[in-house]
Amino acid sequence: MRYIPHTTGDVTEMLERIGVASLGDLFVEVPESVRLKRPLDLPEEASETELLRELKALGVKNATAETHKSFLGGGAYHHFIPTVIDLLISRSEFYTAYTPYQPEISQGTLQAVFEFQTLICQLTGMDAANASMYDGASACAEAVLMAMRLTRRKRVLLSKALNPRYRAVVATYCRYLKMELIDVAVADDGRTDLEDLAAKLDDATAAVVAGYPNYFGVIEDVAALSEKAHEVGAKLITAVAEPVALGLLKSPGELGADIVAGDGQSFGLPLAFGGPYVGFFAVRQKDVRGMPGRLVGETTDLEGQRGFVLTLATREQHIRREKATSNICSNQGLCALMATIFMSLLGKQGLREMAEQNLAKAAYARQQLSAVKGFSLVFDGPAFNEFVVRSEAPVAEVLARLEGEGILAGIPLGEDYPELADCFLVCVTEQNQRAEIDALVAALQGGAA
Amino acid sequence: MTIVGTSGLVLNEKLLFEHSDPGRKGYSLPKLDVPAARLADDLCRKEISGFPELSEVDVVRHFTRLSTWNYGVDSGFYPLGSCTMKYNPKVNEVAARIPGLASVHPATPSHLAQGSLELMYRLQGALAEISGFAKVTLQPAAGAQGEFAGMLVIRAWHEARGSKRSKVLIPATAHGTNPATASLTGYDVVPIASDGVLTLEEVEAHMNDDVAALMVTNPNTLGLFETNIEAICKLVHERGGMVYCDGANLNALMGIARPGDMGIDVMHFNLHKTFSTPHGGGGPGSGPVGVTEELIPYLPGPGVELDGENYRIESTKADSVGRMMAFHGNVGVMVRAYAYIRSMGPSGLKHASEMAVLNANYVRARLEGVYDLPYKSRSLHEVIFSDKDLEGDCHTLDVAKRLIDYGYHPPTIYFPLVVKGAIMIEPTETESQEVLDEFCDAMIAIAGEARDNPDLLHQAPVRSRVRRLDETTAARKPKLKWEKGA
Repeated sequence: MRYIPHTTGDVTEMLERIGVASLGDLFVEVPESVRLKRPLDLPEEASETELLRELKALGVKNATAETHKSFLGGGAYHHFIPTVIDLLISRSEFYTAYTPYQPEISQGTLQAVFEFQTLICQLTGMDAANASMYDGASACAEAVLMAMRLTRRKRVLLSKALNPRYRAVVATYCRYLKMELIDVAVADDGRTDLEDLAAKLDDATAAVVAGYPNYFGVIEDVAALSEKAHEVGAKLITAVAEPVALGLLKSPGELGADIVAGDGQSFGLPLAFGGPYVGFFAVRQKDVRGMPGRLVGETTDLEGQRGFVLTLATREQHIRREKATSNICSNQGLCALMATIFMSLLGKQGLREMAEQNLAKAAYARQQLSAVKGFSLVFDGPAFNEFVVRSEAPVAEVLARLEGEGILAGIPLGEDYPELADCFLVCVTEQNQRAEIDALVAALQGGAA
Repeated sequence: MTIVGTSGLVLNEKLLFEHSDPGRKGYSLPKLDVPAARLADDLCRKEISGFPELSEVDVVRHFTRLSTWNYGVDSGFYPLGSCTMKYNPKVNEVAARIPGLASVHPATPSHLAQGSLELMYRLQGALAEISGFAKVTLQPAAGAQGEFAGMLVIRAWHEARGSKRSKVLIPATAHGTNPATASLTGYDVVPIASDGVLTLEEVEAHMNDDVAALMVTNPNTLGLFETNIEAICKLVHERGGMVYCDGANLNALMGIARPGDMGIDVMHFNLHKTFSTPHGGGGPGSGPVGVTEELIPYLPGPGVELDGENYRIESTKADSVGRMMAFHGNVGVMVRAYAYIRSMGPSGLKHASEMAVLNANYVRARLEGVYDLPYKSRSLHEVIFSDKDLEGDCHTLDVAKRLIDYGYHPPTIYFPLVVKGAIMIEPTETESQEVLDEFCDAMIAIAGEARDNPDLLHQAPVRSRVRRLDETTAARKPKLKWEKGA
């Protein structure tokens, strides 16, 4: 086996040095009764060539934006990935290291995380960000738990327009913590219904959670949400599943959010069937010590040189044990590095330009689709790069027909929203050329005729 | 002895933001081919204040220089205990980047994502076989989230029986995340001050009608097999509880013994430890969870199922504890782990565990007598020493820092807490006898330096990019981001 260097001679010599007769003797403490007395029932080893052949054969069974015209979004987005990213993260000093417990030989990781924290603060308009969470959904769940700790309250209002997968993960995290999760209705414009919110807010409410943009691609009135939440002393959590939008939109921090939890997949991470992505998590200065996750801080070494270390570890599981702010240990470090490189390359101008292109492409698609007979737009609130389309014909049939024409037209909404069973969610990014959008429109038209 | 540590030319590098120059650009986007659109002004920000402006060369050089300040498994020996820093096979990196696997959208309909689903189905089957569990979910993102999923499953099982048990037993030798995980599941933690191997009597003394589960790590964080595990599981079951096993140390047992055969009910895997996927400077990991037949209904959902000849994402079942992640977990990590299992085959996996245990015992044999060995029973995949016998007012931290000068990543230090000044060494199977010999020579030399010239240890490291850092000030006055002029 090429990953294991031992020769038979080595093994003999090492066993002698240890003072045992055989490899079996090394396992004397494993009781006979629990020993596995047969070989593992797994396929025999594959050579490098065989392995790649097998995996490539699996790869071609998947549809991607290379094989289909794709308009799938809903929390994972097909965006431009600069070539530089994969080549840089393939430096094995980055990807074969672990958590920077020994700062003297981990300054590369530590400085990059410090830069990631800074970029996330700039992007979200918040004061402090951590070194990453698993994904946007689990970051959102951690935000809810943090709001519960900060307010010592147990009631959480979740907008129904928040990504349903995020809502589900929040529910999982809160399952046995005696918390009350309450839905807030969606208004006709696709935003969180402010009247319903006002009616449900009370002084037992720990947090209000809304997407920005929300699951329907609509841009929430974050200022109004935060004002309402703050009136009763609740925290406003904004979940950002599509951070490209923040290249253009006012930052949640500027609009009064207390915690921003989001997903950085749009920033240079491949879709990879759902992960690994990277959760980001940003808070106000006063709440830093209540944050989950690892934090990197700047300091100096013995000689006065600038350096970086993991800091405020007394919040964390390995020290605080059962009173820790979270149980998170491994995070999504390499994915955070990818997002950091992406933000460095795109920079101030690039992220703006990318956001504007998304806005324009989606606006064009909306306009073209709205003219197709048998289809209509559902929400009229301001939108970014996604929107909901209602179909007179059954959604499953429409999507299946378009699949036949090589188009993944969108995500059906019926499973998560029975009241929107006749709708699907369309996402258009800078990667969708005009010709693709026109093809989508033509295909929808074809069916209606 | 050849000292690997040296000081070559190490280049300085500023922060990204200090390089930024207005007007520089590191990207290219196609020209917009549709009419421009506008949002209402009051929705838009002016600019992202502080965001950098850099050329592609600036960015490439920046991160290349940063990478040289890091030490990874590819740089050298990385014996970080309980983290299983084995070699990360390169073909796995290529595998995860195969276009069809890397770029499939998670909301793609199942019949158009058969490749990924088939891979996931095969992986969950392989993990079930290796561990002896009835079923495995791949959803959790890392070990700690796997623990959480596993404890949720246990709690859901209790609740389904109307059982209101509120406590979880955790021995001191269990993994560090376990207590925080138990709290997250709404349980109170009862620590067992176990010393070495957990005894039936210790568990019996704490096991009562209010205890929902025992959380163990096997082999434990002392590198010892829990020899009483069968009797302990039997006792916990008889008294109405469940046994959770932290699978962080599974690298000792592949093909040797299976946790599912020991009476354990739930266990998480760390694909980034046992199954060779890279640790990425902190992550991503992947923390699948295996359970017994009885617990299958409570597993997180949705899962991957085979329906005749078609693989599909099964909708979440009524009794499931729910969703852990927005989508299907860290699938890219799963591809690497699958590639590893396929490359190793059944005998290769067993050989890996045998060589991992051989290596740990070899390091132990070479260092016993030089460093204090608090537990004498046979080590499995890792060995724990302490700084008790060190001279010259030198401690574990000093040994760790001095090892850096010799060119090694230090072991895990001051963990587990049951050993004062713990030095926890896990060599893994991918290191040769020569590497272990050089490392042990360095450890022995350091013990000698502690006696003869302790200042060498107290001043260490001197060859690294930075010297010891002021962690106290970092925590007292946290500076967590760059600010202009600050």
